[in-house]
Amino acid sequence: MNQFLDMVLIGISAASIYSLMAISMVLVWRSTRVVNFAQAGMALLSAYIGYELVARVGNFWIALPLAMILGAAFSAFIEFVLMRTLQKHSSQGAIAAIAPIIATLGLLGLIRATIGFIWGHADVLLEPPLSKVGFTFGETTIVMSPMSLFVLLFVITLMIIVSIIFQKTNIGLALRASAYAPEIAQLAGIRVSGIRTLGWAIAGAAGAAAGILQTVNGTGALSPESLEFSLLLVFGFIAAVIGGLESLPGAVLGALILGLVLAAVQIYISGALVFIVAFLLLLLVLIVRPQGFLGSKAGRRA
Amino acid sequence: MLRINNLTVDHGAIRAIHGISFSVEKGQLAAVIGSNGAGKTTLMRTLSGLKGAENGTATWLDHNLLHGKPEHHVRQGVSHVSEGKSVIAQLTVEENLDLGALWRRNRVEAKATKEEVFTLFPRLGERRKQLADTLSGGERQMLAIGRAYMSRPALLLLDEPSLGLAPLVVEQIFQSIRQIVDSMGVTVVLVEQNAMGALKIADYGVVLNLGTIAASGKASDLIADPAVRTAYLGF
Repeated sequence: MNQFLDMVLIGISAASIYSLMAISMVLVWRSTRVVNFAQAGMALLSAYIGYELVARVGNFWIALPLAMILGAAFSAFIEFVLMRTLQKHSSQGAIAAIAPIIATLGLLGLIRATIGFIWGHADVLLEPPLSKVGFTFGETTIVMSPMSLFVLLFVITLMIIVSIIFQKTNIGLALRASAYAPEIAQLAGIRVSGIRTLGWAIAGAAGAAAGILQTVNGTGALSPESLEFSLLLVFGFIAAVIGGLESLPGAVLGALILGLVLAAVQIYISGALVFIVAFLLLLLVLIVRPQGFLGSKAGRRA
Repeated sequence: MLRINNLTVDHGAIRAIHGISFSVEKGQLAAVIGSNGAGKTTLMRTLSGLKGAENGTATWLDHNLLHGKPEHHVRQGVSHVSEGKSVIAQLTVEENLDLGALWRRNRVEAKATKEEVFTLFPRLGERRKQLADTLSGGERQMLAIGRAYMSRPALLLLDEPSLGLAPLVVEQIFQSIRQIVDSMGVTVVLVEQNAMGALKIADYGVVLNLGTIAASGKASDLIADPAVRTAYLGF
């Protein structure tokens, strides 16, 4: 029973961070049809910025939202400068589909190199602001700590805010319309290119939160070559694909499935199998239900 | 008034429109008819800013239609309902309508316009919370026209609203289009393969053939013209 509870808590905790990453992949995919491999680098950069802000401001609770805002601005800048330029100059054929993706790979390398240049290649430490010792009830200590509880609640709050923005506001309507049918949105008077940049900005904020929360929830160590951030990208992407790559609730569902399955493997079988199982899950979903669980077939065609 | 002068448009490597000229008076309904590949859709896409032109001019009042994106033209009172029931299936009926008025940034006016749309098409009012995906073909077309109307256009470009619809539904939609012209003072350019149906409700007609104008004039004169009758109206 205790093992099962641990599995659920570990699974949900991991899922909350995967879902942020998955959401940022989905937002970028929906707004520009680009799989953004640089998302890992952008999240890593945000974590470093968070580290720098904590060092300067001395307060994690101010650093977190500030880093998210900067992450949003950086992401919007990338869309505005890099993606628009690429779209303008390679608008036709296979190259138009591939060029932006290759560019995001290049950007990933560039960001990592820049981080190494600024902060060095040795580990820096972003201290968790809350205790990471699990809550104790009588005799038993559970794996949920104040830190991981905060992460979970923060992510849930962000999800609620994002879903209110998307479902209830005019901006959200414009974001959805531009994602589903850019031409019709344009004919309806929506400035679609600005909305695309906004989509990237929200993705950047979510990615920044993912980067910082993953760091403080983990070892706290940051390095330009961080393997954790590569895994974050991969797991976020897998979660997004499970959910259909189009759907925000799908991304959260995909993250939950992935988080729980990986936690079960880790607890009941072996931690060494986590990576293999994650890929098997991706393959399984792509074979059995390529449109994902909440994606539409029409969406995949677009 | 809508003035098109010597308009030339390429579609890829093919010249789709060869220097055509015509104009439409304010408050009139002009039907542009012709068979498949005559250049009708290309003409509409050019006028709404989805496509660039090679040569010529096109103006609505004193607004240049050959310069700027569709979202720019919408703000100048030009709305386009593209071919094939241009609604967004994943949004509700009401969201599709709201979309057309977002740029106006005036909730009160938008709400009033939405009520006008529901008066024009009561079926949309009954289905306002439904996803557009669940609508019938005719209802989708009503929604597409309603969405364009939400932008309060002075010039409405309609591309084949009758496509794939049952004759009875087509008649209903055509009557609504006439009503938009008569009671709301909107100028409409209606592109149609259903030539007879379109000319019957139109004031003015243009017959396009392979990118050139084969005939043009008062709609009633075109219907009476023996050459147009045999070639395009089928009797």
